[in-house]
Amino acid sequence: MAFLQTIPFDQLLIQTINGIVTGMILALVASGLTLIFGIMDVVNFAHGELFMLGAYVGVIVLAATGDFWIALVAASLIIALLGAAIYLMTLRPLLGRDPLTTILATFGVSLVLQNYALWQFGPVARKIQEPFTGHFTIFYLDYPWYRLVIALLAAAIIGALWLFLKFGTYGIWIRATTQDRVMAQAMGIPVPWVLTVVFAIGAGMAGASGVLFGPLVGVNHTMGLDWILKAFIVVVVGGMGNLAGSIAAAIFISLLEAYAALWVSPAQAIIVSFVVLILTLLFRPTGLFASTPR
Amino acid sequence: MSLPPAAPLLEVEEIHTYYGKSHILDGVSLEVGRGEVVGLLGRNGVGKSTTLKAVAGLVHPSRGEVRFEGRSITRSPAHRVARLGIGYVPEERRIFPLLTVVENLRTGLDRQGVTTARKKELLEKVYAYFPVLAERRGQAGGTLSGGEQQMLAIARAMMLEPKIILLDEPTEGLMPRMVSQIREIINVLHRERVAVLLVEQNVPLTLEASQRIYILEKGVVRHHAPAAELQVNDAVIHQYLGV
Amino acid sequence: MRVRHTVVYWTGFSVILALLVIAPVVLPEFWRRFLTEILIWGLLAMSSDILIGYTGMVSFGHSAFFGLGMYGAATALLSVQPPNLWLAMLYGLVGAAAVAGFVAYFSTRLRDIYFAITTLIFSQIFYVVIFTWTEVTGGENGLTFSRPPLAIPGLFSVPFTSQTLHWFVVAVVTLSYLVLRRITRSPFGMVLQSIRENEARTRAIGYPIERYKIVAVMLSGLFAGLAGVLYAVQNRFAAPDFVFFLVSGEAVIYNVIGGIGTLVGPILGAAFFLLLREGLSRFFTEYYLIPVGLIFIAIVIFMPQGLLGFARRWLNE
Repeated sequence: MAFLQTIPFDQLLIQTINGIVTGMILALVASGLTLIFGIMDVVNFAHGELFMLGAYVGVIVLAATGDFWIALVAASLIIALLGAAIYLMTLRPLLGRDPLTTILATFGVSLVLQNYALWQFGPVARKIQEPFTGHFTIFYLDYPWYRLVIALLAAAIIGALWLFLKFGTYGIWIRATTQDRVMAQAMGIPVPWVLTVVFAIGAGMAGASGVLFGPLVGVNHTMGLDWILKAFIVVVVGGMGNLAGSIAAAIFISLLEAYAALWVSPAQAIIVSFVVLILTLLFRPTGLFASTPR
Repeated sequence: MSLPPAAPLLEVEEIHTYYGKSHILDGVSLEVGRGEVVGLLGRNGVGKSTTLKAVAGLVHPSRGEVRFEGRSITRSPAHRVARLGIGYVPEERRIFPLLTVVENLRTGLDRQGVTTARKKELLEKVYAYFPVLAERRGQAGGTLSGGEQQMLAIARAMMLEPKIILLDEPTEGLMPRMVSQIREIINVLHRERVAVLLVEQNVPLTLEASQRIYILEKGVVRHHAPAAELQVNDAVIHQYLGV
Repeated sequence: MRVRHTVVYWTGFSVILALLVIAPVVLPEFWRRFLTEILIWGLLAMSSDILIGYTGMVSFGHSAFFGLGMYGAATALLSVQPPNLWLAMLYGLVGAAAVAGFVAYFSTRLRDIYFAITTLIFSQIFYVVIFTWTEVTGGENGLTFSRPPLAIPGLFSVPFTSQTLHWFVVAVVTLSYLVLRRITRSPFGMVLQSIRENEARTRAIGYPIERYKIVAVMLSGLFAGLAGVLYAVQNRFAAPDFVFFLVSGEAVIYNVIGGIGTLVGPILGAAFFLLLREGLSRFFTEYYLIPVGLIFIAIVIFMPQGLLGFARRWLNE
């Protein structure tokens, strides 16, 4: 306990906020991933690249219009369309087949997208300007407003998704298709269309995350790799297909990593999430936060 | 395209289906007229469920044709078949477990061209027929009892305002008291001028409820007669079903 | 009919083997090394085939096994003087087997998708550890060392030339292929395939599936580690990049392109991929992965049996 007292309280607080901010973005990315997995049993390896391309689209649109918010919306829409295209061209043909093939196909897509970004944008990192600067003070430290806004926005998007799924016809269609694809068809729900839309929504969310996160780090073609790894861990720890679980897991793991970063380097802090994963697999393989079987 | 009054609502013509290498349906033909209740009997595994699935578009025959209101629907995807007016109630009921009763009903209710007023009307109607569903409208489907789930499955199909409902073993696993309720429901459907293609193991119920009977054996229709005839002359029943 | 098939097979085998042996004598240096590399990556892909093709488990963990084989060999060659080839092999194989055992223990109880993700994450765990543990592993820069001689202690010691190294690699890869072929045709191999076909049924019959899977992962890891040792010996360095999960992904790509479940297919896939990369890089420089990736996706969708499967069907018609 004395050991903990050696950490200045304000640093702890800062890391808590940082953890939550990163956690919310991770939750946004992971939600898309788990939504897609839940409805069509596809592990979208290319999800990190959708995140990365979203950031790049953000860079371009920002440069063209000077408006961060337009960039955010544009990136979400464009990446959503890209997602729909990817689904139609590579995943729809694989629908009846061995689920292993979808892992391979999305892995191939991720390679193509990564190298496409490298080709188009080069290896040098780009920057997205924050939409507003300005700090507020906690104790005697400055904390940028922007980071809080990211967390709020991510939460808002996830909240909107939740509302969309809970109420409204399309929400019912998506949930029905997730629970029983065959009966959904027998009830007249246009399942092929629903699957495409869900993949697009997941992709759009990843794209939005990329733009939101862009100002925090440099935008470059490998940024997706880190995130896909963390997103996978989050989805497994939260319970595959469990939306609420993914969100909880995202925040939990990000907080742990943020705290770990107080002692070790960020590159090593990621080991924390690995450990959480291993423990989850050992003791609660259906997911730490899985409340009821889906 | 207007239909001559005597033309059947549903025509199944010589359909063949395979499951891997197994030849399940070996040339099944049957028809159902508007508002008719037709029974499909046979031992386990002869292909009764598969026949219903082929009509519903969940299984596509490799040969043969399925026609609905004169139009071929053999290759149509299941969701289009449902919207044309074919309701399907599968053997395991398969209501959406994590959707509430209302949401389950809405999967059939929320269609293009249905006004809010009409939706309300349909809901009220089905609640009148199935008061227990009205009671449990906010409950998750998975928490309902077997009998309640069966009612929900049928009610859900009725939300499509179908011209024919395919019922696959509705009384399976139900208590005797519920069996008579199913009988009532089939009556209701008949009154509403909805045709029924009924697959059942419960022979007396089927003979009572149906106008005509087909008997299936090893993927082919072996016998076809009015139900009344089979009620009197049950030797055929014994022959094919051993009951 | 059966006899004729076997004769055709062994004739083909001998011809290819002969070509591989003659190659270093005829080919210029660059292509000689290229061929050796194809064989090494082919071995890695072949090890991955045991899991994907025969047991039906997609693994992204091979980079960890390969990497540990590489670093194990490096450790032997750096810490024990004079550098000993067989010791390097031993260290490498032990390292790979240990990692494989570790990964197998956690991952095999999980089904398909979870297994794939978990093996990927384990690769990354090892990557991070190796990357950051600079004192032991050289961190980012890796380790460099000298090539050990081909020696049997007490008998002779002959430093490798590019040619003799190639023959050594051919020998090791051929031997590995023959061993794996034997194993896949054994009762053990049959059980693996039945796991791939229908896991539930195999379990219902009474086979302890988890145990078979663990052995399959360790077997796969062993040969992946062997490939790592060969790579270390040929290139005289070990680097964390090889432990990054993308390397596993590449092995899987070679496997799928060549044809899963064939053992030979992966080697073909490696050859195809590396040749394609070589060819395309003249035009596309660093972005050759784009057309390669597209080809890979196309093969997954349209030619799931891989090139070998496609050729086989084409020949049969």
